[in-house]
Amino acid sequence: MSLLDYLKRSNKKSSAAVAKERLQIILAHEHAANNKTPDYLPTLQRELLEVVRKYAKIDVDDVKVTLGREGDCEIIELNISLPEQK
Amino acid sequence: MKEIRLSKVIVVTSGKGGVGKTTTSASVATGLAMLGHKTVVIDFDVGLRNLDLIMGCERRVVYDFVNVINEEASLKQALIKDKAHDQLFILPASQTRDKDAFTKEGVGRVMNELRDSFDYIVCDSPAGIEKGAIMALYYADEALVVTNPEVSSVRDSDRILGILAAKSKRAEDGVEPIKEHLVITRYAPARVESGEMLSLEDIQELLGINLIGVIPESESVLQASNAGVPVIRDDTSISGQAYQDLIARFLGEEKPMRFLDVEKRGILKRIFGA
Repeated sequence: MSLLDYLKRSNKKSSAAVAKERLQIILAHEHAANNKTPDYLPTLQRELLEVVRKYAKIDVDDVKVTLGREGDCEIIELNISLPEQK
Repeated sequence: MKEIRLSKVIVVTSGKGGVGKTTTSASVATGLAMLGHKTVVIDFDVGLRNLDLIMGCERRVVYDFVNVINEEASLKQALIKDKAHDQLFILPASQTRDKDAFTKEGVGRVMNELRDSFDYIVCDSPAGIEKGAIMALYYADEALVVTNPEVSSVRDSDRILGILAAKSKRAEDGVEPIKEHLVITRYAPARVESGEMLSLEDIQELLGINLIGVIPESESVLQASNAGVPVIRDDTSISGQAYQDLIARFLGEEKPMRFLDVEKRGILKRIFGA
């Protein structure tokens, strides 16, 4: 790299640095898309809500379905808050 | 009792086209054979046969891989023995059929037969992520992921790594995953130093796999393909030497990466540029 090149470039980021940054973002995005939550989760949540509603008065927000991961195991966590007994 | 060989299937893959898969396949297979390992290199690019040209045996192709899968020819009839190394054989792709000729069963049967008589089976994958590429990697034990220091090549290599981890036989069987190695080709240290090319550290960090070789950009690669002699046979070429180092590392030797230094220039050139 010549001194002139250096002076010309010194105030802006190198194109390789830009390339790396763009790749870091797109690869992270694509990895996340590949590990996305299965598409049956919203349906599962709705159906669970319907079943529980037969027995207790609950709101949409009272059923929570989340997907987690522990090592090699995928874990579906169901959290249903029942109304307080009167 | 039959002697059991511990043969290894190596896929040379990249996702993107034109990054040096066939050049790498030809040099890796030749390099292994030069060290006395009985090796076969298979062209999986049905319809776009090219490995035969790079290996310099295009005029000796009679039968091809698809003929063997369809049992129209025996392996013995289809394998072409390399002129320079008697431990090296080439199984060419079909130029007329299409990739639907590949079935897991058909390719698996040929692989098993090859495993009986070869130490290394090098699979030269076509570009893309379609059937030909999937078949080339399906039976692999190890993978050489060929990547250029360029954004689209790095992204496609990342995609291929995902496929190696999900769609190979090893993944389906739930056994030890394919061992992945990074091969960076067309590397230009001077351009890396001036900040206009991704460095090998950048690429390793992005892809997260072990680097096994850096092949510098060199005129000798084109000259080798012009002549039909794998570049690894050119001892005077830095690319050839870099492939020889790669083979040594593949076989377990410790070797530092070479040809990464920028040529020193005079003081005037340094100030005013070339």
